[in-house]
Amino acid sequence: MSIKGKGYIVGAYEHPTRLASDKSVSQLHAEVAWGALQDAGLSKDDIDGYICAGDAPGLGPLNIADYLGFTKLRFIDSTDVGGSSYLLHVAHAIQAIALGRASCVLITLAGRPASEAMATGTAPRTWGVNVPDDPFEMVYGRTVANAYAIVAMRHMYEFGTTSEQLAWIKVAASHHAQHNPHAKLRKVVTVEDVVNSPMISDPLHRLDCCVITDGGGALIVASPEIAKSLKRPLVKVIGAGEATKNQAGGYIDLTYSGARFSGARAFEEAGVKPSDIKYASIYDSFTITVLCQLEDLGFCEKGKGGAFVSDGNLISGVGKLPFNTDGGGLCNNHPANRGGITKVIEAVRQARGEAHPAVQVKDHSLVLAHGTGGLLGTRHGSATLIMERE
Amino acid sequence: MTPASNRKLMAIQVDPTNKPYFDAASEGRLLIGLCKDTNKHFFYPRGCSPFTLSPNVELVEAKGTGTIYSFTVMRTKEPFSVAYVELDEGPRLFTNIVDCDLDSLKIGQKVKVVFKPTQEGSPPATMFTPV
Repeated sequence: MSIKGKGYIVGAYEHPTRLASDKSVSQLHAEVAWGALQDAGLSKDDIDGYICAGDAPGLGPLNIADYLGFTKLRFIDSTDVGGSSYLLHVAHAIQAIALGRASCVLITLAGRPASEAMATGTAPRTWGVNVPDDPFEMVYGRTVANAYAIVAMRHMYEFGTTSEQLAWIKVAASHHAQHNPHAKLRKVVTVEDVVNSPMISDPLHRLDCCVITDGGGALIVASPEIAKSLKRPLVKVIGAGEATKNQAGGYIDLTYSGARFSGARAFEEAGVKPSDIKYASIYDSFTITVLCQLEDLGFCEKGKGGAFVSDGNLISGVGKLPFNTDGGGLCNNHPANRGGITKVIEAVRQARGEAHPAVQVKDHSLVLAHGTGGLLGTRHGSATLIMERE
Repeated sequence: MTPASNRKLMAIQVDPTNKPYFDAASEGRLLIGLCKDTNKHFFYPRGCSPFTLSPNVELVEAKGTGTIYSFTVMRTKEPFSVAYVELDEGPRLFTNIVDCDLDSLKIGQKVKVVFKPTQEGSPPATMFTPV
């Protein structure tokens, strides 16, 4: 059984804030939920399924569903694989819809790392107590930044990838962000700007890193019957894949990511190939994240990502594979330190033809969104979605 | 040249399963896991085989030598290097490269184990230094 065609994304909303010092996290969840309902043309009582992840305070489906006032949910899920969660939430929602266990599922993400002055990338951070790997990693100063940089270093060693090539990814994101009034960084940057920015963790510079922002986003996934009763462009999910990748007992290979598996599964289900995709939202916690995922999703050969992203190949209207036309996590928004939902939201805008006119990809119907959550260099979740404008 | 800093290290969370590893570290010995079903070494040590999930595992002493598989230098006020070291026995472990010039580190470089004190009452950290 496939989820192909069994569910549509009918509502998508990104909170415009990037600094929410006047709001609670729970209120941000409520505001994005409301925004997605308005976008879809639905009301609260139409929702019968709710999904959230670790950014939702407390036990999300209990505490946040309570805050939002949901009393009749019949499907709940709180799978947490970091920033990739929200992409596989879409797939899980459609599985539930296909089985008749839900008809209209809301997914929310929200957080305030900027207001809370969190050193997201450069301070050691863990995900709870009794985590088995922590005693073998935290004492070494493992941070988000160095757990991605270590992948970039090996990529450079194996394939001759350069800092200038990685910089092109930020350059492309900045070209898109200039058109987004809500983007945290709207200034167009050059390769020189990126490689001359302060070194954070060799070989990643400050401008190789994503922004730290407050905010959030929400999605509503619905059955074909509900989707067709609404007045919005139809965005059908035709393929999805999920995977994890980890240290494999000490035999970790840093040259590839879980996208190799989740991407292949999504393409197989959709019955399309990478060259059919004309727009891609690619998780961009760091420039290296994008490079690895593009290779592993099959947009270019393994090791050739550096050449692929160079010379504006990811810039809309310029290159062959426009990516993250909202400015992505690198320039626009990385709410709650989790960029998965904004990846889906911009892919939906592109599929609907509602991206900014300066970056809207013309004459296309297939879009892809991909997320990596956790740490690329230790263990991460990976989720891929392929959507079609009907 | 950027000398590796002697930054203060956090205490390590010892639990009943990982305690033998850290007890050995306190004695200056590096232990790694051995899956007796596959005769393959693994890291980090645990009470089950990551290859078969079988409890048929034991801790064995490693030579304590290996090469740098990958690394990065955190350019913080107290710079330090995070690395994966590939032990001669096979497994790659997450660690720091210390007592060195951080700007001279190279992938493939030979290293050996050193144990660095953390906090009072906490075992030392398993680190590596160029040979």
